This record gives sequence, structure tokens and C-alpha cells, in this order.
Amino acid sequence: MPPVSATPSPPPTPLIHLERITIERDGQTILQDVDLSVGVGEIVTLIGPNGAGKSTLVKIALNLLTPNSGTVQRRAGLSIGYVPQTVDFDQTLPLTVLRFLKLGHRCAAAAIDQMLAQVGVAGLRAAPMHSISGGEMRRVLLARALLRDPDLLIMDEPSAGMDINGQAELYRLIQAIREQRRCGILLVSHDLYMVMASTDRVFCINRHICCCGQPEDVRRHPQFLALFGRQAAEELAVYHHRHDHRHDLHGAIGSDHSDPSAHSTEAPHNG
Amino acid sequence: MDDFLLRALLGGLGVAAICGPLGCLVVWQRMAYFGATLAHSALLGVAMGLFFRLNLQLSILLLSLAVSFLLVLMNRRRQLSADTVLGILAHGTLALGLVLLSLLPGVRFDLLIYLFGDILAIRQFDLLWIFFGGTGVLLTLAIVRQPLLSLIIQRDLALVDGVNENRIRAIFFLLLSLVVAVSMQVVGLLLIVSLLIIPAATARYFANSPETMALLAMLFGMISVGSGLGMSLLFDTPAGPSIVVVGTTIFALTASLAALRRIGGG
Repeated sequence: MPPVSATPSPPPTPLIHLERITIERDGQTILQDVDLSVGVGEIVTLIGPNGAGKSTLVKIALNLLTPNSGTVQRRAGLSIGYVPQTVDFDQTLPLTVLRFLKLGHRCAAAAIDQMLAQVGVAGLRAAPMHSISGGEMRRVLLARALLRDPDLLIMDEPSAGMDINGQAELYRLIQAIREQRRCGILLVSHDLYMVMASTDRVFCINRHICCCGQPEDVRRHPQFLALFGRQAAEELAVYHHRHDHRHDLHGAIGSDHSDPSAHSTEAPHNG
Repeated sequence: MDDFLLRALLGGLGVAAICGPLGCLVVWQRMAYFGATLAHSALLGVAMGLFFRLNLQLSILLLSLAVSFLLVLMNRRRQLSADTVLGILAHGTLALGLVLLSLLPGVRFDLLIYLFGDILAIRQFDLLWIFFGGTGVLLTLAIVRQPLLSLIIQRDLALVDGVNENRIRAIFFLLLSLVVAVSMQVVGLLLIVSLLIIPAATARYFANSPETMALLAMLFGMISVGSGLGMSLLFDTPAGPSIVVVGTTIFALTASLAALRRIGGG
């Protein structure tokens, strides 16, 4: 499959285009003059510290919130698939995965089975929604969004709480979805490494757009470094550490780790 | 069978059938206290109905609707928590209803009838209310159940799917108000919520889909009404509380068996 080349600027007819978005709540400015657009077949990622307004911006894109000023343009007839971080299922509501997916969209059980297989949770169709794990929940939510055959897929922190392998697998899945369907994808993410590796454009926001562009450019941007320099250094270090470690595991396990529980806390904490 | 007994049985079974699915919705949304608030405010509806010489069910329905929308409005402004607002409205309207009833000139009434119901006094006209109101409630629920479930599961997801939240919520409040209005005569306003949540809670142990839970809740409610009425005749106990006692007993047995099976199985 040919890699999709990252475009330096948004394609001429974006799926969704937000311009000069400003929103206030209780007298506080949450976002100011923020622009955002997602084109056909493009993966765009929002990064930013907690409280930066990422979720607010996503809600504006989803038409769940109305900004105080600015314009939101959606391509005519745009269908959006939304994957929230999680959904709290109350135990009192008996609902299988299959029934939950049928709620979102009228479709045949065969189509649902196929979709569950595609996102990697084929065996879950009869499982009660309140019993599945967080990672499984996110895949089911992704399947639900994809069943709507969306032009634009919006995912809020899809990899939160996953380990590094789970994240890698998820981002491969997202890439595959983009290449199969040519839909635009808007992600909110904390995983800087994965973002940098699998995104066409990055918007770094902290109540306003700090910087945006291709991952390589954003990575070197002073505003990005000011916000994320330390986290980026740590995450890359963690990644390389684990990567190296796995190769080591092929041979004999190093004798310097007598306590296996110390393993997962290996991330370097630079002080 | 005497006419009044037949009417009591038919009315009670009808109310139980309506309460089953509505009760499931109340349980899923953790709205038991909301239901209780509507029920308490029904006494104010009774007072207003007597004062304006309106049909009592109609005045209860109108007042329940007014209280529902007042609750929605008050919950938009988040200075107070939802349960505080509910507590204020529940007891404020109940007290106001009691005061107004005492002030009504020349009206003689038995307060206990409103508090605990009078199923044996169901008239043919009441049966019409239950039958047509109930059919309307169940048909409406069947139509809006998908968007209603979507909203219950997650609001944002439902809105992105294009569910009209205001319309669906308004329909739900209308249905719940109707149920309060027609249930009061059967079990009384103090026990309406029990008719909503106890059969639904029992049904949860056997259900694997929202629809089976709603149908089973109807079934358990109807069994409670039938047996409670029989118990009331046999032992000369008050009918409304007897119905609730039977329902609670069925729930307790079900929950105990489930607990035993869990211990045995695990």
C-alpha cells in the first residue's frame, strides 16, 4: 500500500472547517481564535495539556457546543462517526454488544459481525456491554462509528490507558481505516510518539493554537517544546527503552533485574 | 365475581402493565427519586383538581408535567445538586397540597385514599383512563425506545446520531406523568414508585435485553397486583400496600436465589 503523503496544507475542500472559534464559559475563555480543518483521507491530531480545550473543540466540531464566535462549516451531507473515550454502562441495563451496535445504526447482524472482526473483537457480540474491558469498549465504540460509514471519524483519546503495544496496534488500525475508507480522521491524543508517527497534521493547542503543521515541523516548534519538551523526551526514551529491551529478551534476560515487578517502572524519571 | 372486584383487577393489571416498561426506564436512569417527587406533587394536583372541578387524573397529569419541566429548568442552573432540588419540590408540593386541601370549603375527602390508593373504588371511567392512557404510553414507548435508549446510554453519542434530545425527554416526562396520574388510584401516591421500580428490579435478574426486561417487569407487576388483591380480600388488608408487599416478596426471593446461585457457582 502506498503511503499517503502528508500534505503541508489542508486540501482545497475540507470535510470540516472551523474558523476563528472563540468560546467562553462562566466568563472564562476556553478557546480563542482557533482554526481547524480536516480534509478527505487526512489524519489530524489535536494535542495539548489538560484543560487546553481539546475536548471543547471536538464538541464544537461535533455540533454539541455552540461557540460564542467563529464559523463551523461542514461539507454538505457530511456523516460523522464519533468515538468517545468511554461510555459508562450501568449494570441495570441488560445490553449485549450486538444490541448496542444495532441501536446506533440499522444494519444486518452479518455486517456487525464483520465490523467486530475488523476492529479485532469478533468474539464479543453476545457479551454484556457493562462487562467488557476499557480497551474492548473502545474497539466496540469504533465499530459503532464505522458502521455509520462516516466521512469523518472523530476519536477522543482513543489510546488512553493502553500499553505501548496496544497503542501501536490501535494506530495501525486507524491507518488501515483511513486507507480503506479514505475518510478524514480527527484524533485527540496524549501519546506524542504515536501522534508523530502516524499523523498528517498536528494541532498543538493550549486555549489557542500554539502551532500546527506536519509532525516533523511541530516537533521542533518552540511552543511545542515549551509545552511538551519534557514529556516528549520521556516518551521517546520510554519507547526506545522498551524497544531495546524486547530485543534483549530474545537472548537471556538481563541479570540486573531480579525483581520482575520493577520492570514496568523502568521509565527514566529525569529530575 | 363482583363488579367492583373485576374493575379493581382489570385496573390494577392495566396499571402494572404500564408501570413495567416505564419502571425499567426509571431504574436505568436512576430516577427513582424523580418518580417519587412527581408522585408527591400529585397531591397538589388533587387539590387543584378539586378546586377547579377538573378531572383528577387530568389535573395530576398537568401538575406532574409542570413539575417535570420545573425540575429540568432548575437542573440547568447547577447551584444546587439534583437531589436537593428534588427534595425541595417533592416536599414543597406535598405540603402545599395538604394545606390547600384543608382550605377547600365544603370538600370532604379521605386523605388516606390519596396516600395509599383505593383500588376497589375504580370506576368504569377510570378504567377508560387506564386503558387508553396505557395503550398510548406503551405504543409511544415502542416507537421511541431506540432514541430513548441511546440517550440513556450516552447523551453525546445520541446527539451525534441525530437524536432530538428535547423531544425525546419531553415525551418521557409526559409518559411518566401519565403513569403517576393513573397509578395513584391503585397504590396511592406514597407507593407509586414501588410499582415502578420493584418489578423492574426483579426483572433485571432474568433479562438479557432491554425489551425482555420491560416485558418481565410487566409480568411481575401483574402478578403482584393479582396476588396482592387476593391477599387483601383474604386477610382484609389494605389493597395498595398488599400489592407492594407481594412485589417486594417476589423481589426478595429472586435476589436471594440469585445470591445463593452465585455462591454455589463460584
